[in-house]
Amino acid sequence: MHIVICIKQVPDSAQIRVHPVTNTIMRQGVPTIINPYDLFALEEALRLRDAHGGEVTVLTMGPPMAEDALRKALTYGADRAVLLTDRYFAGSDTLATSFALSQAITKVGETFGTPDIVFTGKQTIDGDTAQVGPGIAKRLDLLQLTYVAKIASIDLDVREITVERRSEGGMQMLKSRLPCLITMLEGTNEIRRGSLDDALRAARSQIVKWSAADAGIEDLAKCGLRGSPTVVKRVFAPTARAEKAAQIDTTDKTLRDLADELIAAILTRQPALEHELPFDGAA
Amino acid sequence: MSTANRETPPPAAGRAGMKKELPEHFKDYRHVWVFIELERGQVHPVSFELLGEGRKLADKLGVELAGVVLGPPGEATWHAVAEAFAYGADLAYIIEDPLLAHYRNEPFTRAMTDLLNTYKPEILLLGATILGRDLAGSTATTLLTGLTADCTELDVDADGSLAATRPTFGGSLLCTIYTINYRPQMATVRPRVMAMPQRVDKPVGRVIQHKLAMAEEEVVTKILGFLPDSQSAKANLAYANVVVAGGLGLGAVENLQLVRNLASAIGAEYGCSRPLVQKGWMPADRQIGQTGKTIRPKLYIAAGISGAIQHRVGVEGADLIVAINTDPNAPIFDFVHLGIVTDAIRFLPALTEAFTRRLSPHNRDKLAS
Ligand SMILES: Cc1cc2nc3c(=O)[nH]c(=O)nc-3n(C[C@H](O)[C@H](O)[C@H](O)COP(=O)(O)OP(=O)(O)OC[C@H]3O[C@@H](n4cnc5c(N)ncnc54)[C@H](O)[C@@H]3O)c2cc1C
Repeated sequence: MHIVICIKQVPDSAQIRVHPVTNTIMRQGVPTIINPYDLFALEEALRLRDAHGGEVTVLTMGPPMAEDALRKALTYGADRAVLLTDRYFAGSDTLATSFALSQAITKVGETFGTPDIVFTGKQTIDGDTAQVGPGIAKRLDLLQLTYVAKIASIDLDVREITVERRSEGGMQMLKSRLPCLITMLEGTNEIRRGSLDDALRAARSQIVKWSAADAGIEDLAKCGLRGSPTVVKRVFAPTARAEKAAQIDTTDKTLRDLADELIAAILTRQPALEHELPFDGAA
Repeated sequence: MSTANRETPPPAAGRAGMKKELPEHFKDYRHVWVFIELERGQVHPVSFELLGEGRKLADKLGVELAGVVLGPPGEATWHAVAEAFAYGADLAYIIEDPLLAHYRNEPFTRAMTDLLNTYKPEILLLGATILGRDLAGSTATTLLTGLTADCTELDVDADGSLAATRPTFGGSLLCTIYTINYRPQMATVRPRVMAMPQRVDKPVGRVIQHKLAMAEEEVVTKILGFLPDSQSAKANLAYANVVVAGGLGLGAVENLQLVRNLASAIGAEYGCSRPLVQKGWMPADRQIGQTGKTIRPKLYIAAGISGAIQHRVGVEGADLIVAINTDPNAPIFDFVHLGIVTDAIRFLPALTEAFTRRLSPHNRDKLAS
């Protein structure tokens, strides 16, 4: 079985700072990580390979430094890594990203064997759109199984797959066909530590690096800014609230008095809460 | 929304995409549509929130607002149509088909793209729910149009284009996104980000029925079963009027009981910040924030929560935010309305007690049972 998994290198958004004057992201010194949601997909891909045999190819589109993320994926046990990198991809929105990745997946298929499953994470932590997975599926005309919590079974002979998929209010049990694209839900498993062998292999591995041309992408108009129907017009910081929080003065007060004072302050600001909270009116 | 790294300057030719001359074949795209999400006979409330927002956009553009209802033949589907009118739609497009009884990507994408291609709306809004995101992604890619996810603000520009504002980089920044040269302009919005509109008393509207051009044999994916989340344990944070939440400042898993006690004393839902979910102290559906739930309660009490941007974006819609934190410089005090600098572990029991003292005996019994 050949599994392709798409990952993304993202800035660790917990550590991002915004420049106070220019309102731009200050990336200096901000560590990059593999998009945490992708790790659930990667682990699932590795488990399937371990159970059914075959290979896992990890693929990313990004700047040359995204190689670090791929090498990390190799230390977890992925068999092969492909970096799709070209200045033509800069400024891609989700539609252009899904185009480039789907073309690269086709090329991966031609070069290393047609994938049975393409995995992505549920969404990224920087873009947060959850659109690239469905986009790739549509571009490649694959069946799309999003928010998958569990792969219940795979039958490679009849090429069938059954999954549990999160939906509003419950879990759907779905039977579908291979090949398909799966976006993996978070919290479904825990990424392995990776063996020493894998670490050594990762350090030695050649990462396959493809430009747009290498990946067989002829229509550059579908890539990057040109291929992106959406355009970011304005980036700005959220406005700070004008008035500072009113502070309850705590000096020389018992907890009981403080609590009563807080409740009074709440009700002064939001008298309607009298009806929301099950009070009888009198204190 | 850009998902690629923007550090390298884009190729100069790319800027051509900014030119705002809508191609001829998109010029007759008109009206604002809202996808009315219907699952297991229930309309998701986010659809009504979107109708409220869609109404404003339609009025500004001087066009009609339509709801799109995809469902199985029968009462629930028509009820959804009536509800769309009640929340402001002028008309509804409806496809009734057994294939649309439960959500599957293939028939829903087909139904939606057929409608869009036939009736050509300018704008399509969907809830950023699991279903909405699944459908929006494949629909936008099929039509090769733009889609802006998780918007927090929608507006129309002087020239009539949709200006969709969304948080980026975990909420540290906001960006306004346009879909240039393509139609429809698509956006998703998370539940509870937009306010619920007023319900109209005697709703009326036109109905346009359409057929699904698909047979069950063409749908590869089959539904084997559905396991509903057990109703009792499930948090309904997004729609709760009062929410109490605890953060890492509570120090130990046992202290979360203080949060639950306060919540149950005042009939509130309880939630938490993300580290508590990561520690396994609370289930994921209790997490509030960017990667958790967006809440919009009348009252939100945050105990021992620092107020990181990822938490802030999930609670900003609350009418009144109260923070209890030992650190007077905690960022949470920058956006709450009422603050109290004190030890939450000691203060929460006192607050619970003070609330309980104010409860009528009747309510006390009711809540205790
Ligand atoms: C991609 C990404 C997504 C994220 N999504 C979310 C999300 O959806 N929701 C979310 O909440 N976070 C999210 N986070 C995490 C977020 O950045 C913060 O780390 C998190 O909100 C901090 O949680 P906290 O305030 O509970 O803990 P801390 O930051 O540790 O703050 C604890 C606070 O408690 C106070 N305190 C300590 N002792 C007491 C006491 N006895 N009484 C009162 N106060 C006390 C401290 O002064 C401090 O302010 C996300 C992060 C990333 C990177």
